[in-house]
Amino acid sequence: MNAAEAPPLDLEQLYRDSNVREAIDALDRELVGLAPVKTRVREIAALLLVEKLRRTVGLAAASPPLHMSFTGNPGTGKTTVAMRMAAILHRLGYVRKGHLVAVTRDDLVGQYIGHTAPKTKEVLKRAIGGVLFIDEAYYLFRPENERDYGQEAIEILLQVMENQRDDLVVILAGYKDRMERFFASNPGMASRVAHHIDFPDYTPEELFAIAGLMLEQMQYRLSDPAAQALREYIALRRTQPHFANARSIRNALDRARLRQANRLFEGRSGSLSREMLATIEAGDIRASRVFGMMKEKA
Amino acid sequence: MGEPGVGAITEAKRRYAAGVLRYAQMGYWDPDYVPSDTDVLALFRITPQDGVDPVEAAAAVAGESSTATWTVVWTDRLTACDRYRAKAYRVEPVPGSLGQYFAYIAYDLDLFEPGSIANLTASIIGNVFGFKPLKALRLEDMRIPVAYVKTFDGPPTGIVVERERLDKFGRPLLGATVKPKLGLSGKNYGRVVYEALKGGLDFTKDDENINSQPFMHWRDRFLYCMEAVNRAQAATGEVKGHYLNVTAGTMEAMYERAELARELGSAIVMIDLVIGYTAIQSMSKWARRNDMILHLHRAGHSTYTRQKAHGVSFRVIAKWMRLAGVDHIHAGTVVGKLEGDPNSVQGYYNVLRETHNPVDLQRGVFFEQDWAGLAKVMPVASGGIHAGQMHQLLGYLGEDVVLQFGGGTIGHPMGIAAGATANRVALEAMVLARNEGRDIWNEGPQILADAARGCAPLKAALDVWGEVTFNYASTDTPDFVPTPTAA
Amino acid sequence: MRLTQGTFSFLPDLTDAQIRAQIEYCLQNGWAVSVEHTDDAHPRNVYWEMHGNPMFDLRDAAGVMAEVEACRKTFPDHYVKVNAFDATHGWESLRLSFIVNRPRHEPGFGLVREEADGRNIRYTTRAYATDSPEGERYRV
Repeated sequence: MNAAEAPPLDLEQLYRDSNVREAIDALDRELVGLAPVKTRVREIAALLLVEKLRRTVGLAAASPPLHMSFTGNPGTGKTTVAMRMAAILHRLGYVRKGHLVAVTRDDLVGQYIGHTAPKTKEVLKRAIGGVLFIDEAYYLFRPENERDYGQEAIEILLQVMENQRDDLVVILAGYKDRMERFFASNPGMASRVAHHIDFPDYTPEELFAIAGLMLEQMQYRLSDPAAQALREYIALRRTQPHFANARSIRNALDRARLRQANRLFEGRSGSLSREMLATIEAGDIRASRVFGMMKEKA
Repeated sequence: MGEPGVGAITEAKRRYAAGVLRYAQMGYWDPDYVPSDTDVLALFRITPQDGVDPVEAAAAVAGESSTATWTVVWTDRLTACDRYRAKAYRVEPVPGSLGQYFAYIAYDLDLFEPGSIANLTASIIGNVFGFKPLKALRLEDMRIPVAYVKTFDGPPTGIVVERERLDKFGRPLLGATVKPKLGLSGKNYGRVVYEALKGGLDFTKDDENINSQPFMHWRDRFLYCMEAVNRAQAATGEVKGHYLNVTAGTMEAMYERAELARELGSAIVMIDLVIGYTAIQSMSKWARRNDMILHLHRAGHSTYTRQKAHGVSFRVIAKWMRLAGVDHIHAGTVVGKLEGDPNSVQGYYNVLRETHNPVDLQRGVFFEQDWAGLAKVMPVASGGIHAGQMHQLLGYLGEDVVLQFGGGTIGHPMGIAAGATANRVALEAMVLARNEGRDIWNEGPQILADAARGCAPLKAALDVWGEVTFNYASTDTPDFVPTPTAA
Repeated sequence: MRLTQGTFSFLPDLTDAQIRAQIEYCLQNGWAVSVEHTDDAHPRNVYWEMHGNPMFDLRDAAGVMAEVEACRKTFPDHYVKVNAFDATHGWESLRLSFIVNRPRHEPGFGLVREEADGRNIRYTTRAYATDSPEGERYRV
């Protein structure tokens, strides 16, 4: 069929019909920061859209590789983006149902001989038609213990990732350096993962914005001094160990709420307004140990 | 609507002085009354005589269906009569019907004997329908409180257990009444049963008036029918049944017949509505004790259910029968030869099949009804239906129903077994298509035509009956049908 | 003969695509799907062998089809059926049940008549297949 006879290939139309724009826009809107991640998601979506169009004219027979790895520190949005990715894949027609099943090693690996295969297969049955998200996937591989059953789970996953690409998309997630070591020791796994997305830590500004969204959802607001205090808190907390990005922000806000509640309770003989119930004051934040520790250091 | 012309007289001396008072004065009209959860509620459609005030008429119905008499009696004061008095608490005009009113009446639970339909009906409809100040009266709906529902055993088997016993799920059941209605001898009767069951029906049925007549004694029928049922079961590997009609002139005779049915291993027996409410309850208890499915034919109901202005609505009969405890009841086909408007019929089906009925005025369900765990009754659609209507039947009636094709099986040009096969294939094909998500309302005829390509009996059935419909104006349509809004 | 148990037995044997469509319907309704097989298809045999537990929480038919295939491969000469169980209040029972595999040759059932008192007969349906022990029943 020459170009003159073929109907015009309308990528815009396909884009509109798939309703995927809505999902991508929601991703942009509702998640703070993550600029490189959003870019990669858009790139992958464009690839899949073009792939779809190519199919309509008979180019490309095999399904495009879709398995992914998400690397980054805890609390950087990996699970959230995985869920959005499932919706996007569904809208583009690459997974049939678009649900997400999130598991860790314990959901896949058994405690005794013969236990692993049925356990893994059960999980796969539930995930089929959607996306399987394996958090801290490297724990499946324990070469130091020859009796470890994780290898069996890996074998089964490799098989499914290769032979049932139309049925299931797998996303492996975890710390970047450990994932790299995992892939180095499991070339079979590495070769099946087509897209690697790294989730950088949030900047202090982004963390502050995330805090803002959380507070809005919980129906609290910060007084101006409290906002300043929070900024300082974030700057300090990031440098300390075990910082889990958005999750740590969440915890800090929960503690601030506790302190606010106790402050209001202590002062309950005085008058109380709706305003006061909704406001978090600087003191509620500065009471944190994080500030104290810096003072000690100084 | 509903301001009383004369207020209730509450001062005792005046209330109970000898003489005649208006019913509304005697306390039978109480617009402030809030029905309690344990009250039995009734909705009457009243057509007062010209010049009779509707509220007074409603109060009169309340009175005459509870404690009143036409003049004041001093002996009332020996009772806690405020409690025993039924209260009409709401009266409204019926939309679109001049001169008719809906009257809501509440009855205290103490008025009724636990577990007795005979008492419930004698109380509510026993006295009031001949009352002169009313031109016409119809019991439209009832709310049975959970406290009263719990005094009845309800269906001995119920839809879920029936399906488990038959091992048949996911589709309507198929039946046929043996035709001709009358005159076959036992042996020839059994032949019809065998052919129909072997061909693919789940059940065959005695007709309502097949009891024990000169042309066929009941014992002969039972013996030949069970031979046919078992023969068909072995031929197909499916559980089969024939509703053996045990209706007789006395309870003793009925028990004798039911016992033989049980001895012969029948899965199901049948009774007619005309045996009476007490007999029905007794047979229900018998069926429960003997693991027997109980089919009820609603013989004679149309004498009082058909006319909208006067009688008892079938939805009330359906509720009574669920309480009394039957497993099957004929409830209308919508598209067949007997009366049945689609919305009203769906209302009857919901009342029989749901565990809880919300108010649904479009289908004529006026009260919320909680069935408190009472088993579900399988409705039966019987009368002038044929395979060509399968998409409409499945669409209107759902899958928990027995579809009976008497003429539609036995009148098939290729024979009875072929008729049965045609119905079964049509049904399975329609269910398959519906589950796949196809639009059976519009694609139904095509689905049937496709199935007929592989099934000669179905093709013949569609050729003979495809055009047959029974379109007449219904005499009993619901009063509340939503008018389509302008686009 | 052709055993006509199950919801779709009067139709030609279902294709895999049709089976899959029915399973999707069951999953959409939130029913748990299970696979069973037997070599004794007497109408009163309620307890066929379970091929694994009922599958709860599945979103896609592919998982069930894998089990159906596995059962058919392992027991090609057994009757295999797919059941759908509805655990909601008021049902707590099967909502759909249909056969997805048959032995190549179905001998069917005989009717045994025991003449009892009077003109009474006691009937027993007997599966010809069960003349042989388990495991040898449906050899072609």
